[in-house]
Formats: sequence, structure tokens, C-alpha cells
Amino acid sequence: MTPKRLLEADPELEQQLLTRREAIGRGARTSSSVAAGLAMGSVPVALAAVAKDAFAQGGLPGVIVDVLNFALTLEYLEAEFYNRGLAAPGLIRQEWRAQVDQIRKHEDAHVAFLRRTLGSRAVNKPTFDYTAGDGSGNGPFRDVFTNERTFFAVAQAFEDTGVRAYKGQAAYLMDNRDILVAALQIHSVEARHAAQIRRLRNQKAWIVGDSRGDLPPNTQAIYDGDDNRFHFILAQPASGISMTHSFDEPLTKGQILRIVAPFIVGGAP
Amino acid sequence: MLPGDTVPISTRREFLRRAAIATALVSPAAFTGCHVLGAAGKNKLDFGDDFGLLNLMLVLETTEVRFYERVISAPPRDLRPGEFEILRDIKANERQHLRFLKRALGPLRVKVPASNFSSVDFTSRRSVLETARNFEDNGVATLNGAGRRVKLPEFLTIAGKLVSVEGRHAASLRDMLNPGSRDFAGDDVVDENGLDRAITPDESLRRSSKFLVNPPRIVGI
Repeated sequence: MTPKRLLEADPELEQQLLTRREAIGRGARTSSSVAAGLAMGSVPVALAAVAKDAFAQGGLPGVIVDVLNFALTLEYLEAEFYNRGLAAPGLIRQEWRAQVDQIRKHEDAHVAFLRRTLGSRAVNKPTFDYTAGDGSGNGPFRDVFTNERTFFAVAQAFEDTGVRAYKGQAAYLMDNRDILVAALQIHSVEARHAAQIRRLRNQKAWIVGDSRGDLPPNTQAIYDGDDNRFHFILAQPASGISMTHSFDEPLTKGQILRIVAPFIVGGAP
Repeated sequence: MLPGDTVPISTRREFLRRAAIATALVSPAAFTGCHVLGAAGKNKLDFGDDFGLLNLMLVLETTEVRFYERVISAPPRDLRPGEFEILRDIKANERQHLRFLKRALGPLRVKVPASNFSSVDFTSRRSVLETARNFEDNGVATLNGAGRRVKLPEFLTIAGKLVSVEGRHAASLRDMLNPGSRDFAGDDVVDENGLDRAITPDESLRRSSKFLVNPPRIVGI
């Protein structure tokens, strides 16, 4: 059955469904559209086939290894960031250090957990440039470890990115439920971190629309599409501002890698 | 690590099941008598398909919305500056979640039991914030645990969109209760691997049962 037939079956639905074009324009994942929902097959079937093949040979399937290594790269980025921030003299005010240390502890634990899960297939830690300078050390955040405001701005950028990154990968982990649940458990911890960093910065804990708040324009890609109101096959009816901070939206691996590339010497993997 | 459940998405039957679910969402009358309707009615949550999870979320979110509406209509007098606005935002988010769930479930939705808030002192900031925190932590753990049994990737994505907002709520409420501490992601909810909690539907309902008059039964697991 095509989406067109569905609409004919219930004309009222047309009011509820955004068009596929509009959904894409708003940055929605096309896979959540009716069309993709009913045309299910191609990619998931291919993934399942790859997964089963690899399980038969023992070890984690390549798709899952790729997702976990992608996650590990982001966790390396966050863990070293907080470790260096806490080690930088006079950077973080005393009354915030315990909170930052709690986040640091979790990011270190995520790195260890992912490395243990991946075993010999874990990628190595890249060299990072926290100024977002593509390795020049002289990027837009060049005072990241000397200016508390910059440090927490970058922290918010990393945490909000991390939430969207895990969210975008969950569906690829469905063939291994132990790993899927663990990834979800990391995902909600990243959300807690994001909320706390945002609160320390006097921002709402939730993302309003696709607003980057007081972050600089070069962080906008982290927030693009978060104002999506297209969920599964239903469009949330417009009703003021509240609908725009009620749902966090995923980003694809490609979108995330473009966001973090300036922080990775030699570019994103 | 052992391979978990696999999703038999490659079978013709699975394809048809998905088509049936998608169609049931938009044209339920066409599928009267279909097994997916088993989720509705009779004060039980049938986890034989993903509607069990959506209905569990419906029960939890409805209860939360009733709670937050009561808080906002008569807030505790000892709320601190800015806290009313945060609670109002959370209420708005939960109402949007509930709105989505109602529309997604359509006629498949269960009747949500009446709420019992006798354990809450609505005049006390602490009682209100602790109750809210428990709701949000429970919501996070329920959706994380649901990853073990959700069948459709689309519903997994939806759960992901909701759960991080619940996580942001939980962290905020925890920080309001103990400002400046590690509690926003405290060691009572995040383990030594840096993992948040994940609970079964039964556990989720057990934790919420004191707020429910005649809580539903979980079947199909």
C-alpha cells in the first residue's frame, strides 16, 4: 500500500501527516515517514543479513562494531575534554568542579565500557584540537582551557551533540539487545549531563525549537532539525512553544561527524 | 556479550505485520478483530507487540500530566525563584508526549486508571519535587529497559526522542533538590560503567502502582 492510498483511505489524515518533502526539509529522518515504514526492507534487511552472518562466525557484527567505534570516538572526545578542563588551573570555579568531575567520571567509564565491549576491534583515540581549529590549535574556541565561559559553551555543544548521536544510532543496534540497552543507558546519561551543563550556563535544560541559545553560529548544526514535529507517521499539531522542546531529535552519523570534524586532528574518521 | 533477540524483519509475515500496524494506526476499523487490538481494554497491558509499551507509557504519562497539572494549578508556596517556570515547562512537555501517544494508539489505547496522589503533599516543595523526580527517573529507566523488547525501529526512535527529554527533566529536578551536587546524574541512578538504569515493564508498573487506583496487569512477556 502506498502513502497515497493511505491518504485516500482517510482524507483527514492528510491534515496530520506532513508531506515527505516537508519532513525532509525539516530534517526529519526519512525512515520515519509512511513511505519508508511501508517500504521497509532494503536497508534493515541488509543489516540483519550482515548481522546474522557475523553472529554465525562469532564476534560482533560489523555494523555494531562501526556504531560502537563511532560512539567511542565521541566518548574519547568528551573524556579528554573534561580531564583537561579539570586539570587546567583556575579554569573551573570551585562550586562547579564536583559536577564537572561527575560528568568526567561517566565519560571515562563510557570509554572503558566501549573499549571492553569492542575488545581488539576498538579504534584508537584520535588527537583532538579543542579549539575546533582542524589541528591548528587556533580555532574559534582557542581560549577553551583558559576561559570558563568558552569551556562550558563547548561542553554544552558536546553533550547536546552526544544525545543526538546516540539517538540516531539506536536502530542499528537492534540485533544485539544487550548492546542496544547499554547504548540507551549511556544516551540518557548524556541527556542528564546536557541538562546540567545547560543549567549551569543559565539555559533551559531542554532545547527550544532549533535554538542554539547563546552559543556561536558555528554550533548551529548541533541544533538544526530539533524543531521537527514529525514523529513516526504523525505530525504533532502546532500549539505554541511547548511542542518544540518536548522531543529531542536524532542526527545521522554523517551529520555528527561533520559537527565534530574540526575538533579531530586529521579530520573525522 | 551474547547476541540478543533478533528482529525477523526480513520475513514476509513481518512485513505484513508492519503494514498492518501502520494501517491500524490510520484506519483501525479495517482491522477490527486483528490481534493488535488485543492491547486495548480489560485493564491489562499486552506486551505481545509494541502497543504494550506505548500503552504503558500512556499510563505513566497520563499520571504525570495529572500530577503536574495539580502542581501548576496550586504550586507549593516554598518554591524557589524560577522553579515554577521549570515545572510548567515539564508539564507542557509531558502533555505533548501524552498527546502523541494518544494519537499514535488511537482506539488501541487502554483506559488509564484513576490517579491516587495521597502520598504527595502538594503544599510542600520537597514532596512535589521528589515525586516529580521519581516519575522522571522511572520514565527514563522504563524507556531504556524497553529497548530489550521494542520491535519496530520507528518506535525505538520515538522512545529515544522522549527518553532524553525525560532525562533532562530528571537531572533538573535532582539539581533543584540538591543544588550544586553530583545528584543530577548521581551514583544512585548511574552505575560504575556510566550507565543509567533500565527496568522491566513489571518493575516500572510496580514503582508507579501507589499512584494508580487498580493498576493494570502486564501480560504477553
